Amino acid sequence: MKKMLSLVAAIATAALLTACGKTETTDTSSANASANTTITVYSARKEHLIKPLFDAYTAKTGINIQYITDKAGPLLSRLKSEGVTTKADILLTTDVGNLWQAQKQGVLQQVKSKVLDQQIPEHLRDKDHYWFGLTQRSRTIVYSTERLQPEQLSTYAALSDESFKGRLCLRTSKKVYNQSLVASMVAHQGADKTTTIVKGWVANLAVAPFSNDTAAMQAVQAGQCDATIVNTYYFGRLEKDGKAEGLKIFWPDQDQGQNGVHMNISGAGVTAHAKHTDAAIKLLEWLSGPEAQEMLAGLNMEFPVNPQVKSVAQVQAWGAFKADSIPLNEIAAQQIEAVKIIDSAGYL
Amino acid sequence: MRSANFLLVFVVALVLIPVLAVLFSWSSINTELWAHFLDTRLSDLLINTAYLLFGVSIGVLTLGVGLAWLISWYEFPGRRWLEWALMLPMAIPAYVVAFVFLGLFSFTGPIQTFLRESGFGWLNIADIRHPVSISLVMASVLYPYIYLLARNAFMSQGQHYIEAAQSLGASRWSIATGIQLAMARPAIVAGLALAMMETLADFGTVAIFNYDTFTTAIYKAWFDYFDLQLACQLASILLILVSVALMVETRQRGARNFQDKQQPHQRQALSPLKAWCATTVCVLIFSLSFVLPVIQLLIWALKYIEELADPRFLNLLWRTFSLALMAAVLTASVALMLALIQRLKNTAWTNRLITLAKLGYALPGTVLAVGIVMPLGYFEQTLAPVTKALGFAPTQILLGSVFILIMAYMIRFLTVAIGPLETSLSRLSQHIPEAAASLGASRLRVFFTIYLPLIRPGLLLAMLLVFVDVMKEMPATLLMRPFGWDTLAVRIFEMTSEGEYERAALPALCLLLVGLIPMILTIRRGRG
Repeated sequence: MKKMLSLVAAIATAALLTACGKTETTDTSSANASANTTITVYSARKEHLIKPLFDAYTAKTGINIQYITDKAGPLLSRLKSEGVTTKADILLTTDVGNLWQAQKQGVLQQVKSKVLDQQIPEHLRDKDHYWFGLTQRSRTIVYSTERLQPEQLSTYAALSDESFKGRLCLRTSKKVYNQSLVASMVAHQGADKTTTIVKGWVANLAVAPFSNDTAAMQAVQAGQCDATIVNTYYFGRLEKDGKAEGLKIFWPDQDQGQNGVHMNISGAGVTAHAKHTDAAIKLLEWLSGPEAQEMLAGLNMEFPVNPQVKSVAQVQAWGAFKADSIPLNEIAAQQIEAVKIIDSAGYL
Repeated sequence: MRSANFLLVFVVALVLIPVLAVLFSWSSINTELWAHFLDTRLSDLLINTAYLLFGVSIGVLTLGVGLAWLISWYEFPGRRWLEWALMLPMAIPAYVVAFVFLGLFSFTGPIQTFLRESGFGWLNIADIRHPVSISLVMASVLYPYIYLLARNAFMSQGQHYIEAAQSLGASRWSIATGIQLAMARPAIVAGLALAMMETLADFGTVAIFNYDTFTTAIYKAWFDYFDLQLACQLASILLILVSVALMVETRQRGARNFQDKQQPHQRQALSPLKAWCATTVCVLIFSLSFVLPVIQLLIWALKYIEELADPRFLNLLWRTFSLALMAAVLTASVALMLALIQRLKNTAWTNRLITLAKLGYALPGTVLAVGIVMPLGYFEQTLAPVTKALGFAPTQILLGSVFILIMAYMIRFLTVAIGPLETSLSRLSQHIPEAAASLGASRLRVFFTIYLPLIRPGLLLAMLLVFVDVMKEMPATLLMRPFGWDTLAVRIFEMTSEGEYERAALPALCLLLVGLIPMILTIRRGRG
């Protein structure tokens, strides 16, 4: 028995020792900063979406990039409590609401860069230069080609019409994508009108909201409902796997006087206490440049922010559309109002 | 014994850091947002949580105690391998079972689709996401907590109690409830407490079902309203509820101290029919809670099998294993210390302190993680001027180190380790160490030659539970891991958070495999 316990203890010590050994080696490499800079990124984007980019950048410049991934909320809290001691140079996250909060909580710094201003359209970056969009994603309607004609669809608001009773599926409102969509409606149409619309959606639901976009589309496919609202890349993934049968994308709010399809971003900012500010800005500039934008567009079937770069063929095949060009600041400013509306409308 | 006091206070203070950080949130109150929460969802969420707690409790008690009962007291075909097989579901994270369950049984899943297409559409259930189904899913992976502890307790019950009762003419029922269950009660309650705290802290499983509980409200306050303070205030309500429950439990148990001679009982033979019924029940539960999810995971994992060739995958395995092992050894040692202090002193004061040390388990993981990171971050920030004066750039020393991550695991999983140690100590006669001490044995010698061998099963069980829990742990690992220290759970998070459940199957399976190693070791030791 003692043998067993001492064996366990021995392995644990060995593990601990190797662990410390490993940390030390990485420390020495970053201590050598003058020769070989290491940029640190806190990322709420997933590893498989960022690592190829970082690898390409390292191969090109010799600059190392280390990162941890987590949800935006915890990363933001960590950044805030780390203050001056933080190792993070860049905060990378999806959704404008998160970026806006990061700025509000003072963990980002203003970045003046002509390259960034040139490569990223004005409405996709912060007006005060705290954060910058790196990809765009559209949240749009996907419908059943068997049970709906495109003529029956028009706007996000129209899905709250009584004719859609029992025919709508939605993802949970706890996903920030839906909060931003509602926030954009608040920004365009005001709180009262938005409340009516969200209440209408809830009344039209065929089943309780799903935990993800894919499940909502599958419910449309299986005939539980006829339409849903999703980010296009989720549809793209189904399509790629040959599982999008009977589903089609519809671009809402396209008529004259309507605002166009709701667009959100994933983006980044340089942290307030970055240790490698210049290198971090260079990385952001590269990420918004043609080479990286092309990779970004392909990795997750999103829309590049850089107007010089086209989306991938599969995305282009969904057709051209009018995108909402409201400055994202204005949407982010309505986020909390939007969540309140969602709560009082009983949208789970 | 003053050093013991000091040690106890130190450990409890450490564990209380995140708890205090959470309680500290009451420094100011956002009345507007509170009013909004009270107006809209809070009552529903409390009711939902109560349903879930009730459902999971019924589920884990039935499965855990029932199975432990069959395995410990009866002999039937397959009993030997079922005895350890039935603890395997513990290694599957609850959220993994949740997405397997929905993938298989939801309206769009293969089973209901098949029914629809073969003309049995009237059998379809439009929405299988129901408190009952969630309770079942959670109970199917949480029951091993009770099963393991109860089995340990049953196994150490000697034959003589039962024989004595029988000779006095007691009925089988009164022996079962009056002796066997009553003596195992501390173990069962400890297991139930673990399962209930896990349920309260769970976010992953309920999120997949889109079932809103009190945890949902905490995360809503934090992620949707960006109000960490409100989130912490809500979390502290949860803490108060849990600590009251824990106090009640400790007080009740404190009165009873079951001591037993380590004389194993004989398993009763069953009639062939009954024996096969017992086998069927056990095999059925094992199949549903373990084989079925594993098969589904295998099918999904095969699609991405080439990822195994990625050298980073080996790294993930090693990181996961080493972190879990280090945390298991540390946590079990600290827990053993606490349990010994509690036993030797057993004052109301020490008991209360130890109850406080258990609170880390009741906080939702992410809240706990932030509760550790925040004070640590501020501590390092205040150190910054000092390091600067010494000529160094302000940087992190503790945060983001393996050491702190292991400490975080210890804080979170101390409860898990204390349970089995408390129960095995409570069954140990006070007289043996007293006798040894009276013969002049030093305290250290008493510990190594008497306590340690006698509580070995409890100690190994404690390490096993912590090991498996750390492996599955996500929030603290995500927020506090050193750069490059990704674990299998981190990989699972990367995939599931974007709804790519099928791609999470491979790391989930590997997690299972890594978890099997200590399980097999424990089982073999337990037999030897």
